[in-house]
Amino acid sequence: MRVERAKTSPPPVMSHMRGMMRGGAGGGGGSAARDGGAAARVIVRAAPVLVVTFAIVVIWYVAAVLLNTPFQRDIYKRGKLTNVPVIRLISDTLSQRRPVLPSPHQVGVEIYKTTVLKSITSKRSLIHHAGITLSSTLLGFLMGTVLGILLAIAIVYNRSLDKSLMPWIIASQTIPILAVAPMIIVVLNAIGVQGLLPKAVISMYLSFFPVAVGMVKGLRSVNPIELDLMRTYSASSFETLWKLRLPSSVPYLFTSMKVAVAIALVGAIVGELPTGAVAGLGARLLSGSYYGQTVQIWSALIVASVLAATLVALVGLVNRIVLKRMGLAQSAAVST
Amino acid sequence: MSAAQDDVKAPKVDAATSVIDIENLSLTFKTNDGPVHALSKIDLSVKAGEFVSLIGPSGCGKTTLLRVIADLEQPTSGDVTINDMSPHEARMQRGYGYVFQAAALYPWRTIARNIALPLEIMGLDKAEQDKRIAANIELVDLQGFENKYPWQLSGGMQQRASIARALAVEPDLLLMDEPFGALDEIVRDHLNEQLLRLWAKSGKTVVFVTHSIPEAVFLSTKIVVMSPRPGRIHDIIDSDLPKDRDLDIRDSKAFLDLTHRVRVGLRAGQER
Repeated sequence: MRVERAKTSPPPVMSHMRGMMRGGAGGGGGSAARDGGAAARVIVRAAPVLVVTFAIVVIWYVAAVLLNTPFQRDIYKRGKLTNVPVIRLISDTLSQRRPVLPSPHQVGVEIYKTTVLKSITSKRSLIHHAGITLSSTLLGFLMGTVLGILLAIAIVYNRSLDKSLMPWIIASQTIPILAVAPMIIVVLNAIGVQGLLPKAVISMYLSFFPVAVGMVKGLRSVNPIELDLMRTYSASSFETLWKLRLPSSVPYLFTSMKVAVAIALVGAIVGELPTGAVAGLGARLLSGSYYGQTVQIWSALIVASVLAATLVALVGLVNRIVLKRMGLAQSAAVST
Repeated sequence: MSAAQDDVKAPKVDAATSVIDIENLSLTFKTNDGPVHALSKIDLSVKAGEFVSLIGPSGCGKTTLLRVIADLEQPTSGDVTINDMSPHEARMQRGYGYVFQAAALYPWRTIARNIALPLEIMGLDKAEQDKRIAANIELVDLQGFENKYPWQLSGGMQQRASIARALAVEPDLLLMDEPFGALDEIVRDHLNEQLLRLWAKSGKTVVFVTHSIPEAVFLSTKIVVMSPRPGRIHDIIDSDLPKDRDLDIRDSKAFLDLTHRVRVGLRAGQER
């Protein structure tokens, strides 16, 4: 699908060049030239991303042909077909029903069929499944962020907690989540908690960590002179926290939230696996692997990564808005 | 400062009253390389309405002495009283304003909100806060910059804002730790003149740490010359310059004589 698009529509660089030439030849075409300038800026910014995307697609196609060839040759052998032309071999490897590695256009078509062509309420709609995963991701991310901030405050304000709590926080992340997730589901199920919450708890389990570590650093990032200032006002520790430590840790909070939201999605998907693949992107991955539906697995993977990228971008956007409203946009820009 | 507040405070500004009394104060920092004697046997008395400068080379303990007065450091031995209170009690009652070497304005607060910070902590109502913010912004000549963020101001303006923040608490005692140390000489001269006018107008007691001889002589009614290792007072010089002075006084004979005496004191303290 992507290849088709690349074939039919001319590459943006070329249309832009034509626009420039038109503007130049017309002489008086000031607005065209200005448009050309704006377009040039967009292209300059988008070019590296487009180049990398193009390279990935090319590598993907080559890998798909190479990985699917052995099976295709098997089929030919069983069908007593000999001397198959290379072109046919390639086109056959890219259109198998259950390929080892599906081609990009197969995945694209599958995503199109399961999003645009399916009603959202349908159990075969990827949007339906992505929505289920997204809801537990967001709930877990929210709980993880709050837990992370609270832990960080406790650690910064209590020296003995720093010594006693921090090793456990780090240890919690050394246990493979795949081992912990079923235990959490089972234990919560035993006490009657089902549905969204157990998955969100797994998301929280992963996402509190970057927030806690980042916020400990953020809350401690205050200048000694700014702390002395609070002492000269005989400010209470709550006032010092609220008016000094929390505001100065906001840039740290958003940096760790970007990591946390992506990892919360991983947690939600992992949490969907032991529940028996009922619903969610994790369920699509699992049922795809049960029935050897590689195209289904890959389309769920692609949707999951697009979802993660969108979530990270959203946190980044909120970050920019908040820093701007706090008047920190300039100092942040200077420091980077 | 409104006239009404000056009236209330007028009785306190009495030349006989001691605002700060320091007796036999010593402070030793314990470090990994052994003890460091930051201050040794300091005796000092600051009267109400005085402008006292602490001058000395780096490492002579002048900032440490100011921090002891502000209850930001604890002395090893000796007595410090501030208006008949311990430094801790004085700090709890917000009995002083402190201006640091850096402006230490919070970058996420506008200039007005920065000045409001101590007032919020003091629990003043909004109307009183706004009144004090406006009055002190005017005092340091920062009208029109209320809603600017610190990074939008020059270094000199930032330091003026931090002085306004210290004054907004309306303390009788102002402790200033090299507030103009990071500024260029032209800005520093200008701010010195403004500070002097402010002091003359308000009748506050000021303790001012500096390592600039002209700055100390120009501003002070009393110059405390300190010497290092261990930090101690080498000489206390009373200035007889008129209270109402401007920058031209720096060319007068009286000023140059005082400057000479401070310089001799600093050198002698260094060599001892």
